[in-house]
Amino acid sequence: MELTERHVEGLKELLYKMADDLLILGHRNSEWTGLGPVLEEDIAFSSMAQDKLGQSLALFELLHELGENVPDIVAFTRNDNQFHNCHLVEMPIGEYDFSLARHFFFDHADAIRFAMLENSSFEGLSMISRKFRGEIKYHTMHADVWMKQLSQGTEESKARMQSAINATFPLALGIFEEGGYEAELKEAGIFEGETALKNQWLEKVTTELQKHGYTLPGINDVTPALGGRKGFHTEHLQPLLNEMSEVFQIDPGADW
Amino acid sequence: MIIKSLDPRITRAGLDDESKDGIQQPMDQWFTYEVFQQKKRGTHHVHVGSLHAPDSELAILFAKEQYARRGQCVNLWVVKTADVFATEYEDEDIFATTPEKKYREPEVYKVMDRIQAYKAKQNS
Repeated sequence: MELTERHVEGLKELLYKMADDLLILGHRNSEWTGLGPVLEEDIAFSSMAQDKLGQSLALFELLHELGENVPDIVAFTRNDNQFHNCHLVEMPIGEYDFSLARHFFFDHADAIRFAMLENSSFEGLSMISRKFRGEIKYHTMHADVWMKQLSQGTEESKARMQSAINATFPLALGIFEEGGYEAELKEAGIFEGETALKNQWLEKVTTELQKHGYTLPGINDVTPALGGRKGFHTEHLQPLLNEMSEVFQIDPGADW
Repeated sequence: MIIKSLDPRITRAGLDDESKDGIQQPMDQWFTYEVFQQKKRGTHHVHVGSLHAPDSELAILFAKEQYARRGQCVNLWVVKTADVFATEYEDEDIFATTPEKKYREPEVYKVMDRIQAYKAKQNS
């Protein structure tokens, strides 16, 4: 079908929130580099952080094709109120239990979102979704194995993971904050929408957590952390952006 | 004294440079695993190195990022180092005369086949 202006706006909104989530979480997770719990895990976690930056670059390139500025400018020159990532990804890395819970919740949502987008009518998006499928599959395997391992470790490891799950769940629900063009995206066959994604995700993470004896808080007992998609952020995002763009800001015109 | 570093993450952590908390004890619960990588289906798995992991499931996950994040790979094996049986270097002499036994090397026959084929072609 012929895309109207509203369809294109909706598409851009979708691409921006996905790209921003991946850019910010990629940067956050890279903060573990050199500080990970053991060398092997440090390497794996850092490598996945790089994957996320690569995925965000692919999305920023699609935005550039739709008339937005070049990826470096978009990534490094916006302020926090121009970012559309959810609060989950901007929170500091905390202890490793929080970072693992975030990894588990986010990456399952990411895997389902990209799987849905493999059938998107917007070809650029369906192409990169197929391209990243294997990469994201590894990310969810990694998260699932750690969930299992820590459930079988010690009483402390299981209790800490459970409390990280409880604390992270309301933040994770912020991933699915609806945008202003849900109907248009669905109508054009671009994306089925945040509600469809959330339902699939809930089923997946509930099953996975139950396998290992964890419980998920009731969805009606928690308040989702909303606002990120509309540019309202916690106090943690702007310092991250300052740090991330520090080198770029020294000489914005530099030729790399 | 709080450690000040060029790395902002270290400075943020507010670590005391007198503290001994950060010093790890030797790993007494994790095993070493040997990693074997297959680059193409049908080829042999080749030993590429080792790593630490608490069990084979995590060893496979770690192996993927440590040994197969660059270049081609289609399959990985991990084997607990303790499960690998090896010859002793003091018995190295059991291999001493092997290099002399050229007639055991299939390459010899391959070359002969090609020479015979060439001769047959010349004579025809």
